[in-house]
Amino acid sequence: MNSTVIQTQQLTRDFGSLRAVDHLTLEVTGGQIFGLLGPNGAGKTTTIRLLLGLLPPTSGQVRVLGMDPLQQGEAVRSRCGALLEHAGLYERLNAEDNLDFYARIWRMDAPARKKRIQQLLEGLGLWERRKETVAEWSRGMKQKLAIARVLLHRPQLIFLDEPTAGLDVPTAAALREDLLRLVAQEGATIFLTTHNLSEAEKLCAQVAVIRQGQLLALGSPQELRARAGRPRLQIFGRGLDDHVLASLSHQPGVNGVQRFNDHLEIDLKEPTDTSALIKLLVEQGVHIEEVRKSSVSLEEAFLSMLEENHVH
Amino acid sequence: MFTDVLTIISKEWKEMFMARGSLRSGLFSMLIMVGLLGIFMPLQNGRDWLNNPLLILIWSWVPVLITLSMVTDSIAGERERHTLETLLASRLPEAAILLGKIGAAVFYAWGIMLASLLLGAVTINLAFPASPAFYDLQVFGGVLVFSLLTSWLFSSIGVLVSLHSKTARQAYQKMSVVFLLLWFIPMLVIQFLPQEIKAGLSARLMTLDLNAALTLGLVILLTADAALLLVCLNRFQRRHLIGL
Repeated sequence: MNSTVIQTQQLTRDFGSLRAVDHLTLEVTGGQIFGLLGPNGAGKTTTIRLLLGLLPPTSGQVRVLGMDPLQQGEAVRSRCGALLEHAGLYERLNAEDNLDFYARIWRMDAPARKKRIQQLLEGLGLWERRKETVAEWSRGMKQKLAIARVLLHRPQLIFLDEPTAGLDVPTAAALREDLLRLVAQEGATIFLTTHNLSEAEKLCAQVAVIRQGQLLALGSPQELRARAGRPRLQIFGRGLDDHVLASLSHQPGVNGVQRFNDHLEIDLKEPTDTSALIKLLVEQGVHIEEVRKSSVSLEEAFLSMLEENHVH
Repeated sequence: MFTDVLTIISKEWKEMFMARGSLRSGLFSMLIMVGLLGIFMPLQNGRDWLNNPLLILIWSWVPVLITLSMVTDSIAGERERHTLETLLASRLPEAAILLGKIGAAVFYAWGIMLASLLLGAVTINLAFPASPAFYDLQVFGGVLVFSLLTSWLFSSIGVLVSLHSKTARQAYQKMSVVFLLLWFIPMLVIQFLPQEIKAGLSARLMTLDLNAALTLGLVILLTADAALLLVCLNRFQRRHLIGL
């Protein structure tokens, strides 16, 4: 599925004097994981609520799976699955009853319900514990169950609002793996919000960065990294003195040089052949132990975008 | 829509029975209620239980009380536990969710009332053997319909109160005040009236044109129920329920 599944045009939502989403224009192509990144309070959750037709926009247009979520809410929500800010599980009920309730809502008949619940719970390693009350479970297990609930009716489009928030590192990593595997099996489009940049980098084909409801950037994680920062060269060794620093900073292609405790960091104007710089250092008597070429991480790119936007 | 309402009702009942941690304790509290109204109270009142309509009318507040906790828990409580938004993100129409929640409370309370009345008749016939007796059919039917409509009325009020409360506890406290003012205090006053006034009231009730009185009461209750339900349907909309 490569058609557009989500399209927003100048989407805006106000809560009194607070503008939560501000003229947001987005397009999400089907069959991929799309990440909406932003700090807390950036308008990510409100955007999901608008896309699901849970809230009417103040202005602007939304199309989800080719439909207006406000006018055709039931049809849109029938084809979508959503894991919102909270897992939304009935903690007094057991895992099987939680899934059975939603399977009934999705109008699945009894044999289909039973089969699908077993398939999902087995896939997530929860089948043996299906009769336990959810309240007794850990947060990681609850998140897994919530994801099973989202996938029950094989939705075309899945909304995941901070799915790994509050989980410890190994649990979050395991959940991400489960998510990728299940999504590959189910072939759905995922609209994911997160403020975990490494998560977005691992999972998303496309990301949008928002702040105070405004779109700051849109593209693949690689594009965003490239847009936000130039490549860098790190030199570890002995003899990295002021004289070396001065001669490096006058070289073409070098944007700036900074000395740290044990290394020099050279900001390059663009990806370039760095052999000339290494040769110069060797000629100046530097004993090079290690050379590292690095680019800006998505996290650094994200922070620089936020900073830039803040300054403007 | 009907299937959706039934799905919600069955979930609400499951949650209610499991509220004390296990199905067994949930069933036990229901049996206590039926035992109180179907065995203890009839034994206390003897054959009067079958003959005096005022007695069963007074005690019909007990099942109505159940609707208060059920409705507040299923709306304010569900919002507090963050499950309402997930439910609203499903395909279910708001009306199906609302009717399911009201229906779960009303039919549970009404079912307890019906079971208690029937058990009460059995208790009286077994404990005070004489010629087999039952309630006056008109009184029996009237109390059941009255109980159904009153439960519906309090459930609808419960929905509106829950929508304006932050927590289930707050909603329940507000509802308890409403219940005290509208139901408990008037019934308590009747209970403590001098014996001769009570006898007079009972006699008047028996000599009343029951048909006319019941019809008038039912019309008033039905009108109030319909009006409140419309207000609830209007307020129970996704756009009102989801905040910042």
